[in-house]
Order: sequence, then C-alpha cells, then structure tokens
Amino acid sequence: MSDFKRIIAKRKRQDFVFNVVGIVCTLVGILTLGALLADLLMDGLTRLNWTFLTSFPSRFAERAGILSSWVGTLLIMVVTAFAAVPLGVAAGIYLEEYARKNWLTNIIEINIANLAGVPSIIYGLMALGLLVYQFRLGQSVLTGGLTLAFLILPIVIVATREALRTIPQGIREAAYALGSTKWQVVRHHLLPYSLGGTMTGIIIALSRAIGETAPLITIGALTFIAFLPPPPFESQPPFVSFDWLWSPFSVLPIQMFNWVSRPDQDFVVNAAGAGLVLIVVTLALNAVAILIRYRVRKRIKW
Amino acid sequence: MKEIPILQHPVAAAADQGISAPPTAGPSATKRLSRLKERFIEALLFLAAFSSVAITAGIVGTLLYESSSFFASVSLKEFLTGTLWTPLFASPRFGIMPLVAGTLVTTGVALVVALPIGTVVAIYLSEFAPASVREIIKPALELLSAVPTVVYGYFALQFMSPLLQKLLPGLPTFNMLSAGVVMGIMIIPYVSSLSEDAMRAVPMSLREGAYAMGANRIITALKVVYPAALSGIVASYILAISRAIGETMIVAIAAGMQPNLTFDPREPAATITAFIVQVSLGDLPHGSVGYQSIFAAGVTLFIMTLIFNILGYILRKRFREVY
Repeated sequence: MSDFKRIIAKRKRQDFVFNVVGIVCTLVGILTLGALLADLLMDGLTRLNWTFLTSFPSRFAERAGILSSWVGTLLIMVVTAFAAVPLGVAAGIYLEEYARKNWLTNIIEINIANLAGVPSIIYGLMALGLLVYQFRLGQSVLTGGLTLAFLILPIVIVATREALRTIPQGIREAAYALGSTKWQVVRHHLLPYSLGGTMTGIIIALSRAIGETAPLITIGALTFIAFLPPPPFESQPPFVSFDWLWSPFSVLPIQMFNWVSRPDQDFVVNAAGAGLVLIVVTLALNAVAILIRYRVRKRIKW
Repeated sequence: MKEIPILQHPVAAAADQGISAPPTAGPSATKRLSRLKERFIEALLFLAAFSSVAITAGIVGTLLYESSSFFASVSLKEFLTGTLWTPLFASPRFGIMPLVAGTLVTTGVALVVALPIGTVVAIYLSEFAPASVREIIKPALELLSAVPTVVYGYFALQFMSPLLQKLLPGLPTFNMLSAGVVMGIMIIPYVSSLSEDAMRAVPMSLREGAYAMGANRIITALKVVYPAALSGIVASYILAISRAIGETMIVAIAAGMQPNLTFDPREPAATITAFIVQVSLGDLPHGSVGYQSIFAAGVTLFIMTLIFNILGYILRKRFREVY
C-alpha cells in the first residue's frame, strides 16, 4: 500500500515539475516581449516628440525626424490595402464557395500554401525584376505597395476562407430555398456574416505589411529622403491627383534600419524612437484585430 | 431561440430582391441575363484566385530569368563548391558556401531555442493550462510574431548582444549567436501555436485510455498525445525552419555583413538574405554583376525554403486526415 502511495506521489510530483517548466518556457516569450518594449521605451522615449514626427531625416541626429518615412508607410499601406483586400477576398470566396474539387483547384490551394512560406525578400526580388524593370513602374510607391500586397495576399485569402467556413450550411440552403442565386447568397449573407473574421485577418495582414523591410529595400526604396510625395488632393479640378503613386519613398522600418546600422549612438536613439512608433502602431492594430475577433465570437451564436 | 428572427430577416430581404424583378420583361430573358451575370462574377472570382498562381509564376520566372545570365558566366560547380563569395571585388569569386553556412548557423541557433521551448509551451497550453490561462497566453504569444523584424534586429544588437557579451567574454558586437537567439524567440509562436492545434485535435478518448491505465498528465502528453499529433508537430517545426532560413532583418542588423565560412555561432557572418539586403542598399544598375548575384542568391534561398514548405504541406495534409 505504501508502494502505491509512493508511486502516486511521484507521478503527481512529475506533473507539478512539468507545470513549472511549462510556465517558465511560456514566460520566456512574454518576458522577451516585455524586455523589448522596455528597452525601446528607455532608449527612444526621450526622442519622441512633435518635432521628431514632423522633421525630415538629417545628417545631424538631434535634428533628424521621421516625417518622410511615416508618410511613405501610410501611402504604401493605402496601395497595399486597395490591391490585396479585393483580390484576397474574391479569391477566398471563389475557393470556399465556388471551386469544384478538381486538379486546378488543387494546384491553386497548394500554390497559396506555398506562397505563404516564401521568404519576404524573394517577393522583393520578384518585384525588382518584374515590376521595376519589366513593367517599368520604377522604384515608386506603387511598386512598393503592390509588392507588399502580393506578400499579404495569402493571409487575406486564408482569413476570408476561415471566416466563410464558420457560417453554417443551413444559411446557404435557406437562401437557395427562397430562390437566391449563388452570388446573391454570397453578397447578402456570406459576406456580411463573415465580415468580422475577414476584417480581423485583413488588419493582421496589414500590420505585418507595415513592419516589412526587406522587400522594400530590395526594390530600391530610399534610405534618405528629404521631400514628401505630391499630395493626393489639389485645390484645382480634378481635385485628386495620383502623382504620388510614382514618387520615390522611404518607410518607417527602413528609416529605423538606416539609423540602427550607424555607429553613432545618437542615431541609435533615433532608431529606438522610430521603433517605438512602429511597434505602437503594429500592437495597436493587433489589439483592434483581437477585439474584433472577440466581439464577433461573442455576438454570433449560430 | 432569440436569434431566429434576426436570421430570417436578411433571408426574406434577399427573397424580396429575387421576386422584385420587373414582370414586364419575359421570364426567360431575365433568367438568361441573371445567369450571364452569375457566370461573369464566377469568372472574375476565379481570376482573383488564379492570380496567386500568376504571382508564383512571376517569382519563379523572374528568379530564373534574372539569374540565367549569372549562371551563363559562373559554372554551377564553382557556385556550389566555391568557398569564397566576393562578387563585388575586382577579382570576383562566386562560391555560395559562406552565405549558406551563415544561413545554416543562424537557423540552427534559432531552432535550438525555438523547438524545445515551443514544444513545451504547446504541451503546457494544450494539456496543462486551464482554459482561462490559455485564452490570455495564446494571443499574447502571438504578439511575438507581430513585432516587426527590424525591431527584433535592434533588440538583438542593442540588448541581446551586450547581454551575451557578459556571459561569453570576447564575443564580438556583431555575431550570429545573438541574432539566432532573438530569431528563435520570434519563431516560438509558430511552433507552439500549430503544435498546440495538432495536439488538441487528438481525440479525448486516447487521453482517457491513458488515464485509465494509471498514467499521469505528463506521461499521457509525452507518450500518447505527442506521438499521435507528431505529423502536425513536425509540420510546425518545418514551418519554423523555413521561416528562420528566410528571415532577413534580424541577421542583416545583428549578425554582420561579411561573408565568412565558419560554423562557429560566436563569429560574425553574412547570410544569404543579409547579402541581398547589403547589395540592394547600394546603387544597383540593371544587369550589373551585383544585380545578377542577388538573383543567384535568391534562387538558392527559394529552393531551400521550397523544399521545407512542400514537406510541411504534405505533413499538414496528413495530420488533418488522420482524425
């Protein structure tokens, strides 16, 4: 009997030990995130002020700012969203609702799974050879935005499909029973009901695109740029202008990379400031995505 | 029961739209028009889905086309077996080995960090942690992979490197070790998330069988759940490997930019990705040697990751089919 008790005690001890190991390992990740934020805050917070956000880069660390790079990031994101969202959502709808099970669908599916695993810098090489030199789009905002759109396309497609998959079959059948065509089912039911899940995926994809550096360096984004692209709105008719699409650009992560690789410690402080802006934006976007996911899950019960 | 009126409403609305087609037009004409519209929409959606194939074709085509002139002047043998990579020197040498070595070492360090920790986290979250803890920890860990890699690069150079220098005196500022460790922490969620999904897909009855035989949680997790979920777990490992091979900014910032044929993680060395970044930063005329060499490096990188991606895809497919 005492043998039995001893074995039980031993087994319980094993479980306890692993519980502790598990918690410690989980904390490694969480603590690193904390250390990273603390490190950025300590180095960069002193640099973060209005002048920093509204100044162009400069040879002098204390005068340098991130104006041209955050404007560049914003414009690139507009292009990326306009290209990737319609394309990705449409592709997701096709694969989930329309596609028959055949070899072509199979190829598309394998292909998307593979695209999701292609290193981002390869997209940059593709854009350099194809968009910059073959299609002659130049090293412009348009090229940069399209490059990142290609990069996040698989994420948008997968998110759309997963959101559609959660909608019960009964909804579709009910709509068909009332005489809806396939597109009416998609347009009036599936799209609205899957909006929450799709939005979550889109926001997460865009937050990834904001932090991407390597593909934009590869297509030849500038590391030092002291002017802004032409504004999209004008005072004279036709009031909107698309000249900014052709403008050269820099983005926040490239600005940060440029500063962090300098030996001068003052510039490293600037890098921390830029990093702080970058990480606040990405974490905020992720928080919004998590919030949407949480609310959708709570509200919809089929 | 409360939801029913909410659900019925849009269905009825759609039905209204279907019926509200003007009765003056002949039913066959309306029908044909609507069928045509449906066909057109389906074709558009198909084109969107097919665009992903076009992107892949674009990637493969561009890589092959742009590197073909490189491989016309450099033999494959020199490229694969040469031990010097100096494409921009006056007397250029084109052996990819030093860059591949740098990539393998940083990837290796990252895996030594990420695989054990990621697996333990997955087992903990799937078999031990209460649901409330899991709901908080999982999104928190996923934030790790949301942090921009350039910020990780900063962290590796400004935080991890000085920290490791205290433990290992004589460690240079730029070294593959700190880049690899930070990269490993970054890919923990890739391992833990997918592995946890695989383990949670294992049917409860298998665990109950083990408990009935007198096993405790950890034995059940290691001897029953882990083997049952193995193909999914291995798929997550492979995803992590492919992610580490392709990672760029962390190594470009913290591991150094000099090609260096070494397998010692304490030394600085350039990876394939870091080389591409370094050359891209400079002036890069179309068709120059530098331009050609980054595509040659890109082909190497693409093939390395492609092998792992295909392997991972096959394994993932298989683990979905088991249960």
